[in-house]
Amino acid sequence: MIDYEAIMLTIITASTPLLLAAIGELVVERSGVLNLGLEGMMVMGAVAGFAMAQVTGSAWLGVLMAMFAGVAMSLLFAFLTQTLVTNQVATGLSITLLGLGLSGLIGSGFVGMPGVKLESVSIPVLSDLPYVGTLVFGQDPLVYISIILVIGVSYMLKRTRMGLIIRAVGQNHNSAHALGYSVIKVRYACIAFGGMTSGLAGAYLSLVYTPQWIENMTAGRGWIALALVVFSTWLPGRLAAGAYLFGGVWILGLYAQGMGVPIPSQLLSSLPYVATIIALILISTNRRLSVINTPASLGQGFVPDR
Amino acid sequence: MRKFFGVAAAVLMASAVSVSVMADDKLKVGFIYIGPPGDHGWTYQHDQGRIALAESLGDKVETVYVENVPESQDAERTITRLARQGAGLIFTTSFGYMEPTIKVAEKFPEVKFEHATGYMQADNVSTYSARFYEGRYVIGQIAAKMSKTGTAGYIGSFPIPEVVRGINSFLLGAQSVNPDFKLKVVWVNSWFDPGKEADAAKVLISQGADVITQHTDSTGPVQVAEEQGVYAFGQASDMSAFAPKALLTSIVNNWGDYYIERTQAVLDGTWESGDTFGGMSANMVNMADFVNMPADVAAMAEETTAAITSGDLHPFTGPIYKQDGSLAVGAGEVLDIGTMLGMNWYVKGVDDQL
Repeated sequence: MIDYEAIMLTIITASTPLLLAAIGELVVERSGVLNLGLEGMMVMGAVAGFAMAQVTGSAWLGVLMAMFAGVAMSLLFAFLTQTLVTNQVATGLSITLLGLGLSGLIGSGFVGMPGVKLESVSIPVLSDLPYVGTLVFGQDPLVYISIILVIGVSYMLKRTRMGLIIRAVGQNHNSAHALGYSVIKVRYACIAFGGMTSGLAGAYLSLVYTPQWIENMTAGRGWIALALVVFSTWLPGRLAAGAYLFGGVWILGLYAQGMGVPIPSQLLSSLPYVATIIALILISTNRRLSVINTPASLGQGFVPDR
Repeated sequence: MRKFFGVAAAVLMASAVSVSVMADDKLKVGFIYIGPPGDHGWTYQHDQGRIALAESLGDKVETVYVENVPESQDAERTITRLARQGAGLIFTTSFGYMEPTIKVAEKFPEVKFEHATGYMQADNVSTYSARFYEGRYVIGQIAAKMSKTGTAGYIGSFPIPEVVRGINSFLLGAQSVNPDFKLKVVWVNSWFDPGKEADAAKVLISQGADVITQHTDSTGPVQVAEEQGVYAFGQASDMSAFAPKALLTSIVNNWGDYYIERTQAVLDGTWESGDTFGGMSANMVNMADFVNMPADVAAMAEETTAAITSGDLHPFTGPIYKQDGSLAVGAGEVLDIGTMLGMNWYVKGVDDQL
């Protein structure tokens, strides 16, 4: 007996936090900034969202607070790397460290409390349809938000003037500056957007996935999201595919174990990472794939000449 | 090996030291933690032990702890730092601190060390661990009584002897009630990843398990059980707040008594190196309240707990058959401690391969 619907639902829950965090980072990297602070922003979102939901009893206020916390962390990153032009890699790492430590401090009073869960939507009639009902019409709201974000970002980058400006800033900040665009302002906005979606990803963990607060509960998901951005070659559609592929391999590995498939569990656990490495190799050996979308100014600080 | 952190996370793990005011006449007792005290699991219980120690011995001791210490070079450095700062007794609370502890102990012969769950001792290094498997036998019996499908799901961290021993003990307990009881095992290869542990619970439930138990540290799985209306057991600390309807009981690690006893021994000058493997009788393993079950099941659990505590019942009493059907322990015999500590085989009935 295989319950396909249960498998699919589990895969979606496992993939959504990765997708949420990664879609913001994709925009950040498209604007030429590498923010390694994903894990820190995510964990701050998780604790802030949990705390707010716990205090007010409203999961939605928790989601808002999580977004706010993610943005606050990202603005700190933006101030350091854009205004003070510090090294982006070092700053991103310290944002992660800060987030992990600070969230532990904030959350110390919330350990061991059962949380408030963000309820799933359930559209009457439609969500009772066989096979696809719950899958398509009965998810939690953040799943729909993640999909809307992917479509929105894809449209924005490809078809709008704003997307063109972001890409220009990411490709060559000197040219964009010469054309009169404010590189720093564009990057500030993109970084804040990245912080917002990371905060959402954190809220997903502490309000939907496992409604509780535990220190370090992100358990490295921020790093996986970072890898997914490279994996996607900075394209939102591929990012979504990558996130669901990763989540799918991850969950199917657990399923195979439960079914008693005689493959060592260590190997099954490493499969998602193996799949990522293989995909990265395939991408990097294909020049067209690897070069065409890579933001040329990625990770470089910009100091406007006066 | 007590806990696994992602490679990147391990690089980034900050070590926070909390040092209280020094006082010369007090014994300084140091603790090295693998995780944060806020994990509500393994480290949380060690920290509860530290707090019990501080409360019990009051102004005779001063406790200090360092959290999130990776099982690497950092461990040696951190233990050395504690010893230099004048700690007279240091508890290192994870398996992977074994060699660092021994190394530092050689350099500080006057300092006493206590290493949890390891097997290397020295004149100033003791080891201690708890017989968690005793609790697992009790919950196995409860699971067999409460399950309708006759199948339980077990979420494992890493296939090391400590965890395998727990799985076997659980199933032996279950089979003492229902000889046909089945056990599905899913390894998450992590000590602590709430999301992944929750996923494993969902997978096991969809494959027919209606009782979930875990040898990982987070409260993720019990929450899934609550949501999906199946039963679960808590791990390391009492997790009933997370699953008021689903949780049947929890196996609670109690380190406080041991910490007080050993610290008192240092104060009295009677401390000696040794190995402690305490269970229910030593009050190192406790069972939380038996709830959400009929009175006769709770009575059976109480009885088994009492029998294990008094020594009348040993979970690994023969006849025990291995997975391949060969006899591991003859009828009436008790498995020897060496085999138990190095256990790398399943008993009959486990639906998994090692």
